[in-house]
Amino acid sequence: MMSSILWATLGGGLIGLAASWLLLAKGRVAGISGIVGGLLGAWNADSTWRLSFLLGLMAGGGVLMATLPEAIVAPAGRSLVAVAAAGALVGYGTRLGSGCTSGHGVCGLTRFSPRSLVATLTFMGTGFVTATLLGLIGGAS
Amino acid sequence: MSRLIAAFLGGLVFALGLGVSGMTDANKVIGFLNLAGDWDPSLAFVIVGAISVHLLLYRLILRRQSPLFSDRFHIPTRRDINPHLVGGAALFGMGWGLGGFCPGPGLVSLMGYGSAPGVFVVFMLGGMLVHKLLSQPERSAREPAEATC
Repeated sequence: MMSSILWATLGGGLIGLAASWLLLAKGRVAGISGIVGGLLGAWNADSTWRLSFLLGLMAGGGVLMATLPEAIVAPAGRSLVAVAAAGALVGYGTRLGSGCTSGHGVCGLTRFSPRSLVATLTFMGTGFVTATLLGLIGGAS
Repeated sequence: MSRLIAAFLGGLVFALGLGVSGMTDANKVIGFLNLAGDWDPSLAFVIVGAISVHLLLYRLILRRQSPLFSDRFHIPTRRDINPHLVGGAALFGMGWGLGGFCPGPGLVSLMGYGSAPGVFVVFMLGGMLVHKLLSQPERSAREPAEATC
C-alpha cells in the first residue's frame, strides 16, 4: 500500500509536469478528451500539435510496455460488450461535459475552476457508484 | 517542427505518469472506484501529485507574456454550471466505473495487451463523434471557449 501511494504520487507528479510543459510550450490545457475530440472534424491549425501529443501518448505506452509491462493491465471481469459501452459513455460524456480526468480533474482543479470542481465531484461520484454496484452484483473486482 | 516535438514530449511524459501512477492498470482503477471490495485508495494520490506540481508551475508559467510556441495562452474561462456539464460528467463517470478506462489510459493501453483498449478507444471515438453530430449547430458558435478543456 505504501509503495502504491508513492508510485501514485510520483506518477501524478509526472502528469502535472506534462500538463505544465504543454501549457508552457503551447499555452494549452492538457485535457485528453478535448485534444482527441478536437481532431474529429476538419483539419485545422491545432490538428498537428494535437496529433503529435496523442502520438507521444501512444509512444509512451510503447515505452511502458518495454520497461514496465506490468503497468498496463486489462480490466478483469469486464466483457468486451461492457468495455464498448464504457467507451461510448466516456466519449459522449467527456465531450458533453467538456472534459475528463485530466482536463477537469488536474488542470481545472489547479485553476480552482468551479465548473471543473462540479464535474470532478460528479464523475467521481458516478464512477464510485457504478463500480461499487457492479462489484456487489457481479463480485467482479 | 519544434512545436510538434514539444507536443509529442508532453504526451510521452503524460503517458509515463499514467503508467507509473497505476492509472493504466484497469483493475487498480476499478479497485479504487469499487468501495465494496478490498478498497485501494492509493490512486487518490495521483491527483495530489499532479495538482501539487501543476499548481507550482502553473503560476510561474502564466507570468510569461506568451507560451514558447504560440502567441497566447488558451485557458478556459467559462464559469457557468449547466446540465451539459453535470450530465456529461455523470455519463463519463459511469463509463469510467464500467470499463476502468478514462481517455488517457485507454489510448496509452493501445500499445499493451489484447483487444479491450482497442474496443474502448473505437467506441470512445464513436461517442465523441455522436456528440459532435448532435451538437453541430450550437457548437460552431461556442467552439473556441470549449475546445481547450
